[in-house]
Amino acid sequence: MTAGYNFAYLDEQTKRMIRRAILKGVAVPGYQVPFASREMPLPFGWGTGGIQVTASILGYHDVLKVIDQGADDTTNAVSIRRFFARVAGVATTTRTTEATIIQTRHRIPETPLRAGQIMVFQVPIPEPLRWLEPRESENRKSHAMADYGAMHVKLYEDIVRYGQIATSYDYPVRVAGRYLMAPSPIPKFDNPKLDRSPALMLFGAGREKRIYAIPPHTPVVSLDFEDHPFRLQRWTEACSQCGDTASFLDEILMDDQGNRRFVCSDTDHCAARQAAGQGGAP
Amino acid sequence: MIPCISVPFDPADPDDPEDAAGDGPLLEVSGLGFAYGSRMALADVDLTLWPGEVLAVAGESGSGKTTLLGCLSGELAPQAGRVGFLTREGKRVDMHSLGEAERRRLLRTDWGIVRQNPRDGLRLAVSAGANVGEPLMVLGHRHYGWLRGQAGDWLDRVEIPADRIDDPPATFSGGMQQRLQIARNLVTDPRIVLMDEPTGGLDVSVQARLLDLLRRLVSELDLAVVLVTHDLAVARLLADRLVVMKDGRIVETGLTDQVLDDPQHAYTQLLVSSVLQP
Amino acid sequence: MYVAVKGGEAAIDAAHAALARKRRGDPEVPDLSLEQIDQQLALAVDRVMLEGSVYDRELAALAVKQARGDLLEAIFLLRAYRTTLPRLAASRPLETGQMVVARRISATFKDLPGGQVLGATFDYTHRLLDFDLAAAPPPDDGGGAGAAPAAAARTDDEFAPADPPENPQAGPPASPPASPPRVSDLVGRDGLIEPAQPSDPEPAPDDLTRQPLRFPASRDLRLQALARGDEGFLVSLAYSSQRGHGTTHPFAGEIRQGEVAVEIVPEELGFPVTIGTVAVTECEMFGQFVGAQGEPPRFTRGYGLTFGESERKAMAMAIVDRALRSGELGGGTAAPAQDAEFVLPHSDTVEASGFLQHLKLPHYVDFQSELEGLRRMHAGLAAAAPAGTAAGDEAPDDGTLP
Repeated sequence: MTAGYNFAYLDEQTKRMIRRAILKGVAVPGYQVPFASREMPLPFGWGTGGIQVTASILGYHDVLKVIDQGADDTTNAVSIRRFFARVAGVATTTRTTEATIIQTRHRIPETPLRAGQIMVFQVPIPEPLRWLEPRESENRKSHAMADYGAMHVKLYEDIVRYGQIATSYDYPVRVAGRYLMAPSPIPKFDNPKLDRSPALMLFGAGREKRIYAIPPHTPVVSLDFEDHPFRLQRWTEACSQCGDTASFLDEILMDDQGNRRFVCSDTDHCAARQAAGQGGAP
Repeated sequence: MIPCISVPFDPADPDDPEDAAGDGPLLEVSGLGFAYGSRMALADVDLTLWPGEVLAVAGESGSGKTTLLGCLSGELAPQAGRVGFLTREGKRVDMHSLGEAERRRLLRTDWGIVRQNPRDGLRLAVSAGANVGEPLMVLGHRHYGWLRGQAGDWLDRVEIPADRIDDPPATFSGGMQQRLQIARNLVTDPRIVLMDEPTGGLDVSVQARLLDLLRRLVSELDLAVVLVTHDLAVARLLADRLVVMKDGRIVETGLTDQVLDDPQHAYTQLLVSSVLQP
Repeated sequence: MYVAVKGGEAAIDAAHAALARKRRGDPEVPDLSLEQIDQQLALAVDRVMLEGSVYDRELAALAVKQARGDLLEAIFLLRAYRTTLPRLAASRPLETGQMVVARRISATFKDLPGGQVLGATFDYTHRLLDFDLAAAPPPDDGGGAGAAPAAAARTDDEFAPADPPENPQAGPPASPPASPPRVSDLVGRDGLIEPAQPSDPEPAPDDLTRQPLRFPASRDLRLQALARGDEGFLVSLAYSSQRGHGTTHPFAGEIRQGEVAVEIVPEELGFPVTIGTVAVTECEMFGQFVGAQGEPPRFTRGYGLTFGESERKAMAMAIVDRALRSGELGGGTAAPAQDAEFVLPHSDTVEASGFLQHLKLPHYVDFQSELEGLRRMHAGLAAAAPAGTAAGDEAPDDGTLP
């Protein structure tokens, strides 16, 4: 099946073009670099940006982990992991600690990342200003001039309407004190993991044809007001599998009587805790 | 070029210690020219505006008034001339040779622009409070309570009831929208405000109330204003000085009462005679 | 115990197996050959080649077959295949003026050099289901030979449309000119239509597949995006423009269909060689005239070019192309069809369909985040509401109200 395709699917010319975009992104943290995104054998909107970034940085000795919603066994994660196993023949893993490259949709692993690891985010809408102003030419100007007042208007309106900032995922951040950036639809619970991370963070938006990056140890600040500071989500429940109270929990409906259970969204984190002898909440 | 008739003209001199200290005119426009294709819309326009002064620009439609405002604010790039502006630091800069970033910064901090149609100067879908607070947020203010307090103060000053603070201006009357736009422009404490027919399109009684408000604010805040109007009554009520434009050129300039009571240029005489005397 | 809500490898494999069975359908029914699809579903193949951006009837037929007849899926298959193809050369601009026409009509002149050539068209058929086609064809007959005359015969009855072009010919004239002159050239001779751009020397065109679409987009990029764009979307946009949302007052100046030669100039030779022909449809719309200061008013142009017989798409493309030029011609950009930042990013079927369908992917985490936020708001409101206050009242903000 891999016969007829280059290592990691993309031809070397395309990889070089994407690597140039990545390097530019690393040099200008948070800036959206336009790139000539290719059609991939997976649909747009299903991670083609992340796949192109991963394909361009993947080497023979890399160990790849792919998660979707924090889990290694969700259908799209399985599909993308299989794709790279097939077209690149690289080793894959579900263990965060063993991976050199982690492609993700919507989560950052609970296990702290280390230097040398690369996170690759799948990004649906890279432009944080899109919801306020749909025109790209206007938004490019706003970025160039660091003119981000409109973003705070949205947060202000949230407080007026809901008494608090209502954005709960894809929560906008300011990178290295300069560019406003969409962190992709990770829960705001994961935003602090972006700040000064020792790992390199790469973001690929295939349909929207943009790549951006947060180099290691870069300050990343979530937007807020002084008197309405950025707040993390919290659960009163614990994971029913490993008992963790500090990780992001998925809610599972058990029946039609309103009974529900909570389990870690990060399956690797949960499995590791269970292996270490942690029990679930009653 | 039409020389200034009755106002002492003191061109800024960078070596003049008085100018360096920031005592010169706030705005010094010289030789401004603008053409749409081959149609000349503005030619040889010279203007000065002193701190705290209200200057009205009058003329009928097509005389170049609105083009002049566009060139002053940087929205249009004139093909000739310069727009000298005295910064807070006492430096005289040409608005059109500044980089885009620097010009935007100055426009945010030192300039206000009140448009004839308030819908062009407001975000209609967000609350009145956010409309007034936005310029402050752009300047980096990040305290919700303080921003709301400022918005409340300004709504009060422009006579908008406090309980409308969370309503979007789309639900406001035309006069109230215009007052909101004025608040949004004044909240940053600008040093110069451009107004394009601010009372245009409003009912006469609403106009009168708005003019009262403007007169009060201008004197309270000691604002420098360039006011474009086709309505000489508005000019008489608000302006210290008046320039009259025709076909893109200034045909007459002087103290407002002087120009209106003793017009020298034939066109001004025509304009004045066609208006009912107060 | 843990509920296995998350899918897995086994489920995906089973789904693929089910898809393969569904695609084949009842094994008693003979399998479709690619030749059958190519020959008898030729317009489906044309559309897949066009929006899939690969001129290869066999691959397009394969895509149609593999996609179970879902043309958008087939277009996607072909595009994904195209990604992996090397670029060997760039052709010279097609000389559509040299086209061997199978169809050529103009709605702007009753008769004109080269004549009106109807070719094979649905235009004057009555849309009556032809039950002859449903009957199994005789074994010695492919089925097409009997059906076509039956359909064509109806065009001559008394319900013929009110204003068909005069002097139509069912096929190329007895002694056809090699290729009829372009209508726009005839009109252009009197300076009544804007000259075609660009002029000499021709700048290298931008390439949508090698550089991202950015705004403002050059006309070459716009035309490429429109050529690859979804037919349904473009037809609706063109229609919206016709109904008054940014009208261009279009006339179908000329529609021609046929084969044109593709030439490349190999570097080692330095002169053009023909490497084959492609079937294309070209449409030139003459739009609303404009005049500038000191210049006489002239008709403007909108241009459409498609692979195969994709006439509807070519016409829509030409109208939308003209609408997108509205800004540069001084006509504003307020209507949807005039707004490049609206039209171009939303025209690509592969992008649009992919992003639409990504909603089927799990969104547990985002949804959970919203749930958590909502519950917190409810809790806050319940805590803040004093007795006797309606539950819907807004919570006062912590001492920040004046």
